[in-house]
Amino acid sequence: MSASTEASLVDTELEELSDQRSLTEKCKTLARKNPLGAFGFAIAALMVFAAVFAEVITWHDPVDIAFEHMLVPPSLNFLLGTDQLGRDIFARIVYGARTALLVGITASVIGAFIGLVLGVASAYFGGTFDLLFQRVMDVFMAFPLIILALAIVSIFGGGIDKVIIAITVPFIPRCARVVRSNALAIREIPYVDAARAMGFSHSRIILRHMVPNVMAPFLIMITAFVGQAILTEASLSYLGMGVQEPTPAWGLMLQGGAEEYAESAPWVPIFPGLAITLAVFGFNLFGDAVRDTLDPRLRSQ
Amino acid sequence: MYKYTIKRILLMVPTLIGAAILIFCLMRLIPGDICELRMAGEGAWVDQSAIDTCRENLGLNDSFMEQFGAFVWGFVIFDLGPSMWTGNPITHEIGLRFQLSVEVAILATITGVVIAIPLGTISAIKQNTWIDYVVRSFSIAGIAMPSFWLGIIIILGLLITTQHWFGDPWMPPIEYTPIWVDPGQNLLQLIWPAMATGYRYSAVATRMTRSALLEVLREDYIRTARAKGLIEKLIINRHALKNSMLPVVTIIGIEFAFLMGGLVVTEQVFNLNGLGKLFVESVLNHDFALTQALVMLVALIFVITNFIVDLIYAMLDPRIRYS
Repeated sequence: MSASTEASLVDTELEELSDQRSLTEKCKTLARKNPLGAFGFAIAALMVFAAVFAEVITWHDPVDIAFEHMLVPPSLNFLLGTDQLGRDIFARIVYGARTALLVGITASVIGAFIGLVLGVASAYFGGTFDLLFQRVMDVFMAFPLIILALAIVSIFGGGIDKVIIAITVPFIPRCARVVRSNALAIREIPYVDAARAMGFSHSRIILRHMVPNVMAPFLIMITAFVGQAILTEASLSYLGMGVQEPTPAWGLMLQGGAEEYAESAPWVPIFPGLAITLAVFGFNLFGDAVRDTLDPRLRSQ
Repeated sequence: MYKYTIKRILLMVPTLIGAAILIFCLMRLIPGDICELRMAGEGAWVDQSAIDTCRENLGLNDSFMEQFGAFVWGFVIFDLGPSMWTGNPITHEIGLRFQLSVEVAILATITGVVIAIPLGTISAIKQNTWIDYVVRSFSIAGIAMPSFWLGIIIILGLLITTQHWFGDPWMPPIEYTPIWVDPGQNLLQLIWPAMATGYRYSAVATRMTRSALLEVLREDYIRTARAKGLIEKLIINRHALKNSMLPVVTIIGIEFAFLMGGLVVTEQVFNLNGLGKLFVESVLNHDFALTQALVMLVALIFVITNFIVDLIYAMLDPRIRYS
């Protein structure tokens, strides 16, 4: 991030922190100011840790089917019990974090990036282009996320890469709209006129002069969307149109058997659902904290 | 008001046409021939003449413009052609399930609003106390919790509590009874999915009520009311709540349209034969004609709900009409 970007992002809260104190101390101060955000960050960090070190944390194979120990209740060997195919639920949840993060983060980053470029370009060029672009975004926003995602999956089929596309596409207009409204204000600042007077190309002005100044809404949109993307992935997988077996995915673990065994083996549906809720909860809290720190005006959105 | 209404109606048209174009083009992106793909999905040997008949029935041999015209015209005259899977008219298939889904959506809205407005109000009045933190956590959890999981937990809870108290596990009835035939039976079946979807709804609306009320409470006229010694209860009920309801109305409207999305998963959990389930089935069966019609229907509901919300908003707040 360049110096000019930081200048626009840093508000009083962060300025206080930019002195010589150690990183841990800075984190402590931030955490005290926003305990919920710190809690969310801890959950997100835990999830990343689980995803990266899945092989170290678990001692059962997440895809290994073993009928000799189906529906075993939680015990020391099987921390969260086993499912109807004898697979360790704890291992599947830990490996499922990998799937959820992969989909959640990839979809958010790609979607936000495309939205960023489109939103800034729309604000920069203005006029008919902006008007048309706005109408197209309206059209995309007329579909609930999951409906559009399902329609896309119905065309390209299931699987992790398709799910990422299906979640990215509905996210682009949502990000573009927020970025555009911020970029509209920046376009009016004289330095953009100055850059134009210098004869810089459109792409240079957009990429070098405008994009760095809308980094705050960009980062806010990414963090805010990760949770929603994880939730949508779980929903798609639950409906059998997202990630496919045998890949461990939380939504998939709730599909099929989970309901039937609900009464006799409640651990089968309870733990994957808790994992989804906790992950989305954590990312949402973290996203709220990022938003409050970077741009308090966006709070009502 | 009249002028504003006309303006809003005119703004709806391009969005709807755009939505129709988008869906139409999306469905044409499908690699390969729709009929072949649909029939090959059954795993059987496919007869060329069957494919030809299928193409003929769906009008796939016409030009793109003709097909698009037929698709849009179908919505105008409520005739969307046959389903590729069952062969029944799509309008008939939708009509069968429309009532159930709308009823669950309305029940969920009521559940959501009834929970949200008092909770959001308390949370705003008691800002930064433990009550506020509990309410906020409750609402953030509502946004985080997948409604299908909440549905499973509700079913599980029902089974366990009824088993415990009555010695007999009880499940909501599976057969749909229209509300005018037997309201009790109808509610016994639909209140659970309404709760599962309504929780998320209430979470969003609670957050909105809280932040809107906090904003209003900071205004000068509230300070005036306090200065003249009005009791706090009257300030909140008569002065603050009325003005803070505006953004809440918007959120309620927008979320109502998005409920249709939430129903897709909830109906699956409770095994309800509604629009959401029909949508999932249409996707699984590669019934593109039906998918296309249902996606368009959702967009239509969304745009119309938005229109109604804007009208209500303009009625409540005259500043909007004249801006």
